[in-house]
Amino acid sequence: MNKKGLLIGVVAMIFAAGAGYYAAHRQMATSSAADIASAQSLLSASRAGASGKGDAAALTAALSGKVITVKPGELIQDAVNKALSGDTISVMPGTYNETVYIDKDNIALIGMVQEGQWPTLDGMGKLNDAVLYSGNGIRVENLKIVKFKGNAIMGQAGNNFVIRHNWIEDTGVYGIFPQFGQNGLIQYNVLSGIEDAAIYVGMSDNIQVDHNEVHGNVAGIEIENSRHAVVENNMVVDNAGGILTFVTPWLPIKTTFDVIIRNNFIVGNNHKNFGAPGSIVSGVPSGTGVIVMAAKDVIIENNVIRDNKNAGIIVADHKSFANITIDPESDPYPDRVSVLSNLFSNNGYEPIDDIKALMVASLTTHGPDIVAVGGGKDNCMVDRAAHATLGIAGWATTCVKTSTADIVTLLLDKPATPRSTETASKGEVLYKGICAGCHTYSARMIGPPTQIIQALYAGNPQGIADYIAKPTKKREDFPPMPSQGHLSPEMRKAVAEYMLSVKK
Amino acid sequence: MRNLLILVVLLWTHPAWSGDIQLSSQCPASFEKHEGHCRLVSNYTNYTSLENGGVGGLKTGLPAIRDGFTAEEIDLGRYLFFDPLLSGNGKQACASCHNPDKGFADGRQFSLGSTGLETTRNAPSLWNVGFLKRFFLDGRAATLEEQMQGPLYSKAEMNSSPDKILANLNGNKTYRRLFATAYATSFVQPKADIKIDQVYRSIAAFETSLISLNSRYDLYAHGFPDALNKQEIAGLNVFRSFVARCAECHTPPLFSNQQIVVIGTPEPPGHAFDPGAGSYSAEPRLRGGFKVPSLRNVELTAPYMHSGRFKTLREVVSFYNEGRGHAVPKEEKLLLHWHIHEPKLTDVELDRLVDFLKTLTDESFRPQRPTVLPSGLSASK
Repeated sequence: MNKKGLLIGVVAMIFAAGAGYYAAHRQMATSSAADIASAQSLLSASRAGASGKGDAAALTAALSGKVITVKPGELIQDAVNKALSGDTISVMPGTYNETVYIDKDNIALIGMVQEGQWPTLDGMGKLNDAVLYSGNGIRVENLKIVKFKGNAIMGQAGNNFVIRHNWIEDTGVYGIFPQFGQNGLIQYNVLSGIEDAAIYVGMSDNIQVDHNEVHGNVAGIEIENSRHAVVENNMVVDNAGGILTFVTPWLPIKTTFDVIIRNNFIVGNNHKNFGAPGSIVSGVPSGTGVIVMAAKDVIIENNVIRDNKNAGIIVADHKSFANITIDPESDPYPDRVSVLSNLFSNNGYEPIDDIKALMVASLTTHGPDIVAVGGGKDNCMVDRAAHATLGIAGWATTCVKTSTADIVTLLLDKPATPRSTETASKGEVLYKGICAGCHTYSARMIGPPTQIIQALYAGNPQGIADYIAKPTKKREDFPPMPSQGHLSPEMRKAVAEYMLSVKK
Repeated sequence: MRNLLILVVLLWTHPAWSGDIQLSSQCPASFEKHEGHCRLVSNYTNYTSLENGGVGGLKTGLPAIRDGFTAEEIDLGRYLFFDPLLSGNGKQACASCHNPDKGFADGRQFSLGSTGLETTRNAPSLWNVGFLKRFFLDGRAATLEEQMQGPLYSKAEMNSSPDKILANLNGNKTYRRLFATAYATSFVQPKADIKIDQVYRSIAAFETSLISLNSRYDLYAHGFPDALNKQEIAGLNVFRSFVARCAECHTPPLFSNQQIVVIGTPEPPGHAFDPGAGSYSAEPRLRGGFKVPSLRNVELTAPYMHSGRFKTLREVVSFYNEGRGHAVPKEEKLLLHWHIHEPKLTDVELDRLVDFLKTLTDESFRPQRPTVLPSGLSASK
């Protein structure tokens, strides 16, 4: 194929992906939430039908609870406060200026897009975040989110999350930022104008990032201090850096490994780096398609990587970056990075000085499709005679794993274990958390045995509830009981009732 | 008259006679006895955390605690902790600077040693210290046993020596009896002496028993949304937002990710720059680095920062709002942590942050201060 033919081929491929994307959007815009959920499960099911180990359908099955509708003029948060596990909050088109936090499990926050009108969360440049969640099984879909200072959607420790079909512009530091989560799906989102990473998977496990469009951000997609992630079928265009997978040192979770980057368009990521001074991404050279830093077991396959002016792919260790502080608990080297078949074209035409120096040292005038700096072992790249390479002379020319076709997804087969006390009654949670610190059923501990208290207060939970609000010293041979006056009267009653019901 | 005198003597001697001291065979609050050893009881043990990292959000498991001590070891450690016998001149106990009535800190900018010398750093709280993996404000010790040898033997602090401590303890009948109870297998020979490692282990056992996990925040985390009021929830949302980024380092449930960070807080006027982790690490970029402290019971432990520079929590949160590196001396070139930036929080947001920080207070399992010490010295405050 001559050069012109190649270019046309690539354009055709981009158009094909874009058309698919448009179709998905149109379908979303004209369907009810239930239709979308069902269409998506079909989509997910078809993928899960292959011989992969994961199952996205389990994540995206429609929730079984009631639907709470929110209209303009109402607060989404009020609906969240009312919602019970399994409920869906349906947000009608219109503008909402609020931060929504979801500290309960299994809640779907679903926008209703009607005739092209979106429900819009607008932070007006004043609010910090649009959606914060800490529950498990949280879904955020079909929202337009604009002008926040921190994030569009931030998760802290929620497992089994689904974030998709959101349209996110200028939401501050990150667009979509799940942190400390296991088993999550991020798909069909469009994000732009983010001053750090548009999609930032931080300290998480078993993540699927597919069919997103990220453009005009400092970093497109980041997989950081995370394991078992697939990043595929994304359009990553005009960011300063396209797809980054790395270990940031001095975070509490120290590794990144088992990452597949495949079937993405990583094109023209030459945007000015407008990252905040001091941020890690402010060190990303503009014009970089893919960065692998200190990550292990990374497979890069079947991507279109072109027109990134600094380099197509940079593979580096921690020591090669000036703003990285070495952490003795983090291995600084990228190991077992496999670059399989990819389309590279016209990368590295305007590299940074460090890469220019490497080119001079290697007597080459071709800017790199791939450049490796610093240490790292057991890395490989196939077809490399066809590409402009720097610093990979020591890499193997064949890779042990020749294709990722057998891996459909790295999501879990079934949802991650909930971190939950939901099966316990409120009284039980309080009793086990607080009372059991000093009372056991039959043995003397710090406080008298529960059995003795049961005899004293039989049929009188209110007596216990009153006493624990303002305990008085009753027994010479026991220390005074600490007041539980910070518990509400209902909580004290619930725990008192539970205490009277304990049988062992 | 004579009878009255006897009564007075009895009243006076009875509670002050160390011969009465018996080690408790009950595990302390928040621990249950399991196969003879004390094991943590907490709702948090129902939860997991990603990669067992003990970091996350609500309903996230804690880092592994160092538990498994016997009730007797813990109670012996309590006596040692409060006993000034461990200092060179018998005037200072661990509890002097880690005072349970002051959040296990001392309320001073810089602590005072047994001889009146001032130390160079603020005393850290000991609440929940059993979950930590680094000790000292600069993180230079890996175990409590390693850490405690700092203050015990520093001239500016307790100014003792292993020989002196052992001589004092072995010369005390009550301590010999208590150590023989806690470490029976080492005292099969009636003439066996107390060993310094037993001293360290006992104090570590007591310190790891200081559990504060029943704050109003914890109730909220366990699923009681009304445990926090609107203003406090607003503060929680500022705290975990990526604008303020507090939770990125002060990560629940311990409210510390236990990493070493360079944030550039000021020294008091006239004090030299404190290099923190830079004084022992080979990594030059850790100059000015300190361990992220837990924020549990932070309301009780003013003043704040390694230098005790800030008197109130409001001053602390303002520090983070005043711009990256604003307090770094001109001649210092520090690589500040990437989360130190200029969040431009409003005054109202800063107030809400303080409201939230105060929901992390819980001292319901504060241990009892011994009324009598084996040494006969005073355990007074």
